[in-house]
Amino acid sequence: MLRYRLSASLILIFGVLLGWYVYSSQVNGTRPFRLGLDLSGGTQLLYKADISAIPPQNQEDSLNALRETIERRVNLFGVGEPIVQREKGSSIAGEGEQRLIIELPGITDSNEAIRMIGQTPVLEFRMLKDGAAPPAEGVVPPNTSELFNEAILTGRNVSRAELQFGNNTGISNEAVVVLHFDADGTKIFADATRNGVGKYFGIFLDGVPISVPVIREEIPSGTAVISGSFTPESARELVRNLNFGALPVPIELVSTQSVSGTLGGAAVKDGVMAGLIGLAAVALFMILWYRLPGFLATLALLIYVILSLTLFMLVPVTLTAAGIAAFILSIGMAVDANVLIFARMREELGKGKATDVAIRDGFARAWLSIRDSNISSIITAIILFWFGTSIIKGFALVFGLGVVLSMFTAISVSRTFLIAVGIKGESGIGKFLFGNGIKL
Amino acid sequence: MIIVKYRKIFFALTAALTAGALAMLIVFGLNIGTDFTGGSLIEIRYGAESSTERPSSEALQAALTSAGLKGVTVRGAGEDAYIVRAAPLSPEAREALPAAAGGTIERLTDVGPSIGSELRSKALIALGLVALCIMLYVAFVFRKVSKPVSSWVYGLITIVTLIHDIIVPLGAFAVFGYLWGAQVDTLFVTAILTVLGYSVHDTIVVFDRTRENLRLNQEANRKEDFELVAGRSIEQTFVRSVNTSMTTLISLGALFFLGPVATQDFALTLIIGVLAGTYSSIALATPLLVTVAKWQGKKA
Repeated sequence: MLRYRLSASLILIFGVLLGWYVYSSQVNGTRPFRLGLDLSGGTQLLYKADISAIPPQNQEDSLNALRETIERRVNLFGVGEPIVQREKGSSIAGEGEQRLIIELPGITDSNEAIRMIGQTPVLEFRMLKDGAAPPAEGVVPPNTSELFNEAILTGRNVSRAELQFGNNTGISNEAVVVLHFDADGTKIFADATRNGVGKYFGIFLDGVPISVPVIREEIPSGTAVISGSFTPESARELVRNLNFGALPVPIELVSTQSVSGTLGGAAVKDGVMAGLIGLAAVALFMILWYRLPGFLATLALLIYVILSLTLFMLVPVTLTAAGIAAFILSIGMAVDANVLIFARMREELGKGKATDVAIRDGFARAWLSIRDSNISSIITAIILFWFGTSIIKGFALVFGLGVVLSMFTAISVSRTFLIAVGIKGESGIGKFLFGNGIKL
Repeated sequence: MIIVKYRKIFFALTAALTAGALAMLIVFGLNIGTDFTGGSLIEIRYGAESSTERPSSEALQAALTSAGLKGVTVRGAGEDAYIVRAAPLSPEAREALPAAAGGTIERLTDVGPSIGSELRSKALIALGLVALCIMLYVAFVFRKVSKPVSSWVYGLITIVTLIHDIIVPLGAFAVFGYLWGAQVDTLFVTAILTVLGYSVHDTIVVFDRTRENLRLNQEANRKEDFELVAGRSIEQTFVRSVNTSMTTLISLGALFFLGPVATQDFALTLIIGVLAGTYSSIALATPLLVTVAKWQGKKA
């Protein structure tokens, strides 16, 4: 008995502390819940990648290159926590499509997002400022604009790019990219090189200086050779991108979804309100009907809510409107295990057993049907998770977690509380407290 | 237990309910949403924030159509917003949309037709898979029960109740579609699958009691008519079934009345599904079990 009272107190203290932790994390914003795009506002784009023209052995590489390229562009745009993910469409009819999911929190104008993704690679020639030390190649320097002047030439000035191996540098098999400028580009490049002998210039691709050569002499021919640290593949990719302005794999937009921040914010507010009122109403019902056990079940329910919220925060689980709905639904379902246990307990009491024995037997009897019935919900959650688009996945995850956690709180927390309270059923008050039905 | 005793009346009631729902389904049909057909859904808000007056729906429809949107339908949403549905957007229509809409675009969903059909087949597969897994699971759980009905009958009856539990909310949804254009989308499918899980959960609790009572009788070497065992089992689980549904309905009610607009239809579907699931686990599942037991008794 003492042991149970001790555990019950520990559970309560733990619950209060955990609740405080969740609350303060939200108020101070140290660990906010991760909200899905439908709640935070933002845009999701789904692209289909056309890999029909790519030989099978290169498909994997080019899809990864595609993902990286787009991720680079999205990052360049300065969106907070963007997600770029590959996905394979389900292959009911033959080969599944290769897709790319791009999530952009905070961007609510899908046209803007589409423009951003569809950009061709940005190639820039920028002169290094006088006196500045040339930065390392291949990494974005933190102070690009301090080091380099504005671009004098861009990819638009390139009429043609080609791949060559070997150069007069003496390394015979090095891959280099040869650029042929158009008339304007030729003139600008000639001027710049004539005036800038001995200076450095940077060749930037999507914001990254891929090569920072020194100018040795005037180049009037209108061709430039980029000998960055290319592999044959990356050189080939750059040539293709410059010539066709294309991504490594052609992509086609198949679906978009954008939600404004105000709509999402309202959904969060309504969801929280519905959750609180739902919780209060369920608690009221349980206490009115089941009295003392109902009150204890309510405590267990609160601990369930706190545990779930902690998990959502720490995992973290991305919460969507559907996920919030699942959580509210789970509040209603979480007491089911308790209801089952109480019903069983009362039957045992009815057989004339002492309260503590009745509690123990009631739990034992109820366990089988709690377990068997919850597994069917877990099966549903798993299939939903598999079926899911991101919205449904959010629902399934919260629902599944809810079922498992509520089972856990019912069999451990409520049980400990009930035994700890330990009122003998024989007394009048005990009978009333452990009885049920609404009696006001 | 009256439900078992007068099971034929309840069968008739269930049949009427199912037939009614089916009729609604046939008469009104389902509004298949853009998720599954492909298409676009645009919510446009007017008013003080964007300093725009809400145009008439005809004017908006004309403006959007001339901007290149195809198959435009406009439906009011509250005082100051419209929900527009149209065919998938072409790049030109997408560019022209903000200017043509006038107000603030709160939400824009555009689903290509190929994604739609893929989701549709995925939804059907998920539905079939859930039904199959649940039947196998129930047969497995009740594998030790073989008298007077074999374990697979429990599974089969669970499926019968599931069919009832799907048809009723489907019929209701057909009516909602007619009344306020509710659409069958992925969220609706999720609701239906959740109802399946819930209903089985409920049915298993009742069956579990029957299983236990059968075992106790066997141990005590007591002869009791199956009809009585089944009736007693319903009686013992009745309060629990109603109370659990009660708390679930309470929280779903809160979600429906106070929750986000996005999940309102979802909550309503679940409410109807939970009602149907609770009803069927009490008034359909066990009475069917008794009927099957009687048939087999006659044959033997």
